[in-house]
Amino acid sequence: MGAAEAAGSALLTGVAGWLFVGFALLILGTAIAVVWSKNPVHSALFLLASFLLVACVFILEEAEFVGAVQILVYAGGIMVLFLFVIMLVHQRTAAGTPAFQHQWDIALLLLPVFLIPFLYILGTEKFTDIARNPDAFRAVAGRVIGNTEAVSWLMFRDYLLPFEVASVFLLVAMIGAVVLGKRSFEKVD
Amino acid sequence: MTITINHFLILSFLLFAIGFFGVLVRRNFLTVLMSIELMLNAVNINFIAFSRRLSDLTGQVFSVFVITIAAGEAAIGLALTISLFRQRKTLNVEEANTMKG
Amino acid sequence: MKDLLWLVPLFPLAGFLVNGVLYLISHRTRGEAADAHGSQGAPALAAAPAPSVHGENPAHTHAGSSAHDPAGHSPIPLKTAHTVVGTVSVGLSCVFAFLAILDVGIGRLSEGAAHVVTLYRWLPLGVNQAVGQVHGPAGEWFVDAAFRLDSLSALMIAFVTFVGFLIHVYSVGYMGHEEGYGRYFAYLNLFMFSMLLLVLGANFLLLFVGWEGVGLCSYLLIGYFYDRDAAADAGKKAFVVNRIGDFGFILGIFGIFSLFGSLDFGKVFPAAAAHPSAYAPYLTLVCLCLFVGACGKSAQFPLYVWLPDAMAGPTPVSALIHAATMVTAGVYMVARCNVLFRLSPDALLVVAVVGGFTALFAATIGVAQNDIKKVLAYSTVSQLGYMFLACGVGAFVAGMFHVMTHAFFKACLFLGSGSVIHALGGEQDIRKMGGLASKIPVTYRTFLVATLAIAGVPLLAGFFSKDAILAAAFEAHFASAPWLGRVLWAAALFTAGLTAFYMLRLVSLTFWGKFRGGTEQEAQIHESPRSMTVPLIVLAFLSVVGGYVGIPMVRGGDRIGEFLHPILLPLAGAGAHTAAHEAAASTEALLMAASVAAAAIGLALAYVWYAKGEGAVPARIAARFPGVYRAVSNKYYVDEAYDSVFVQGLAKGGGRFLWDFDATVVDGAVNGTRHVTVGLSWLSSFFDQYVVDGLVNGVANTLQAGFRGFRRAQTGRVQNYALVMGGGLFCLVAVYLLFR
Repeated sequence: MGAAEAAGSALLTGVAGWLFVGFALLILGTAIAVVWSKNPVHSALFLLASFLLVACVFILEEAEFVGAVQILVYAGGIMVLFLFVIMLVHQRTAAGTPAFQHQWDIALLLLPVFLIPFLYILGTEKFTDIARNPDAFRAVAGRVIGNTEAVSWLMFRDYLLPFEVASVFLLVAMIGAVVLGKRSFEKVD
Repeated sequence: MTITINHFLILSFLLFAIGFFGVLVRRNFLTVLMSIELMLNAVNINFIAFSRRLSDLTGQVFSVFVITIAAGEAAIGLALTISLFRQRKTLNVEEANTMKG
Repeated sequence: MKDLLWLVPLFPLAGFLVNGVLYLISHRTRGEAADAHGSQGAPALAAAPAPSVHGENPAHTHAGSSAHDPAGHSPIPLKTAHTVVGTVSVGLSCVFAFLAILDVGIGRLSEGAAHVVTLYRWLPLGVNQAVGQVHGPAGEWFVDAAFRLDSLSALMIAFVTFVGFLIHVYSVGYMGHEEGYGRYFAYLNLFMFSMLLLVLGANFLLLFVGWEGVGLCSYLLIGYFYDRDAAADAGKKAFVVNRIGDFGFILGIFGIFSLFGSLDFGKVFPAAAAHPSAYAPYLTLVCLCLFVGACGKSAQFPLYVWLPDAMAGPTPVSALIHAATMVTAGVYMVARCNVLFRLSPDALLVVAVVGGFTALFAATIGVAQNDIKKVLAYSTVSQLGYMFLACGVGAFVAGMFHVMTHAFFKACLFLGSGSVIHALGGEQDIRKMGGLASKIPVTYRTFLVATLAIAGVPLLAGFFSKDAILAAAFEAHFASAPWLGRVLWAAALFTAGLTAFYMLRLVSLTFWGKFRGGTEQEAQIHESPRSMTVPLIVLAFLSVVGGYVGIPMVRGGDRIGEFLHPILLPLAGAGAHTAAHEAAASTEALLMAASVAAAAIGLALAYVWYAKGEGAVPARIAARFPGVYRAVSNKYYVDEAYDSVFVQGLAKGGGRFLWDFDATVVDGAVNGTRHVTVGLSWLSSFFDQYVVDGLVNGVANTLQAGFRGFRRAQTGRVQNYALVMGGGLFCLVAVYLLFR
């Protein structure tokens, strides 16, 4: 892993660079498979693979905490939810119904159109490729401890209010999901 | 192989594009939801990449928030799926078009 | 006491919360276990707010007497709780409003003192990096949650809380037998809260929050009888039409923020007044956007259609929201922004023309309506037009004066009509009324007083405010159209005559002559309970004396003018526009005589035709000009036109796919061009004969062709919408990248 670069050089080189290329290609491949497969179960499994690969990229980028959260929340939580629902609704794709709806051609045309501003930004903007302070990811108040501690220091001090708002958001989502998922709507006056 | 920020941007753009394409064209409601998750992942890749290059942990904190939103979105979306399936006996997005003008 | 200003909106909010929670709890328990411990929770909760102050109001005693019903599980104690919470919270709000005004002092308010109570920093928006005059001073961007008490908001909260309190008391009697009594009071309290927020807010954003809040309450209360289709549809219509206006309003707010870098009234208006030449070029657009918002809320010409339909709500709601308070919010907003409007003569011209046209237009419709509440509704639209006319000719004070007097007499009229409807067991058609004067004397007398007040009979409230508006219109100078002031004055004068005519027509058809309904219905006519008649008497009294704060021509008589004078901030380096108001005394006397004559002619015609002639002459006129009569009684087919263009046009023809879209748009454009071309050539050959017809057809065809494209786009498919959204996103990004 490219942990020991001196300031001034690019961040991902050599083996780490090739690893990134491999992960990136696999991510794109699985993502295409998610959109392509007819069977939602296959889609879900490819999605799982894609999540894990993205987590690998995070770890490659020295964001170990986010990588772990990605695996725990996405692969552990969301995916299980998806699979449960797939089993619950138990839908077999009717033979002959195409997986794509008919606006796929216009949608496909839209993508190169989107590429134009993207390439324009890539061409005109110069982004730095050097970490000014490589220790910022794992240092708390000058002491180097670790990525998880550093993120939690930031999250529970500077971002405490957004953190609490996020918890309320999750509560609201939970209540919403329960209400929506109830078998019948109670007559609301 | 030297990886620059542009490689990250290209990866995240392509992932986002694939996700967006999926949202636009898939008939199956579940797959549409999965495509949305792909788009959120693409955003997270950007956050992490820039976070490192700017030596600012805020990007990582934000991607944790994005993951939180994704969890809530998945919960609501899947509840909607169940409720749609119960009422229409289908997961086809195209048939959920009662709001047409 | 003045620092407790925030209590004024807080009391109704608390009332809303308590009433809402009580209603929900009682509803649930009654639904689940009606017999066993159904109301166990309800009396316990009801006990908490019951021993509060203000027990002597008629509402309390009225409902309190029935509270001793021994039937423990009946919802009557709960009803008492709703009554007490609902009325007392608004009563307290009224008391605190007056205390706050007196604490600041009427004298100091009329010297321009403004008391601002800042609760907390609501939205910190970062730092303004733009430099230069037009983007506001460099510094921090923020929006505070703050209330502002100056002469304008003092006037508004005084009559809003007072009239609101009276109508709450009235509602106790009127709504006593209805289902969902608690729901009604909860909504009404929420309305009072939103309205006070609107009036007291110290910046545009808080004003907008209140603005949306009153819109929501209006929707909820119009659709109060949600099991009736007409009511539910009327609620939706009000909501949708208001949304058009709100869109304009919020664009205007964006414009103000980008111009001044602040939304605070205390910063925006002085800045505009100090540098008129820097801001004036941008202000016409901003003011027109704001005026679109005012048109929606205050039911002005293109967007007035929701107000007559809003009469499907309970009558006290029509009185409070759709006559006395909410619909005047647009006038309040324009008066509040008078500095901006005065800097833009073009915007003022639009305001004046729209107001004058609406006044006349709605008054002609009111002449041919047969539903007692519809007549009053069109009368309200017409009077609102008057207020905007006043603002448009620069007489903002006269406009606000009319807002106040109108609140008194129109609330009285609506409550009186409610009393009539109550007495007749729900009948609203004036053709089936008549001869009610002796049967419901209190209602009759108060209604008659308010009618004379709105008609402009001398020495009653409406006379003074209407006269002030007419005089201002006569004296108005529009640089681009010097003759316009006189035209508007003539229209307003004619409207005054029409108003007197249709109001006395209403009185004579309702109260005079013989009863035209069934005999068993006649036997059941009864005067309303005290909780309804007392507010009527108070409002009738105010309709008589309310005008004496603005006596013209007498030195020191125009007290309201002095009181509101500080809101008209002097513009730097200008004086031409404000100096135009001093008319010669003789001219003013002549104008007054003209308006009295117009009112007298209107009243006399109505008396002769309807009270003496039993409607024979109008019937003959209607038979003579059937086309005109049909057009008027069908409200000029405006609803039908909206329906065919917007509703049907957008609703029909769904289910087409998006790829049709390009073809139809191109098609539509081609067809439209063809229609226009055909129309034009046709016009040129038959110009003198068919000018009007040709224009109408041409416009209709063009519109139809254009809207065909729109309605195809409404496929109902989320993914189509997402695709279009993606295209829009691309355009936004492209524009940003190109012009950054």
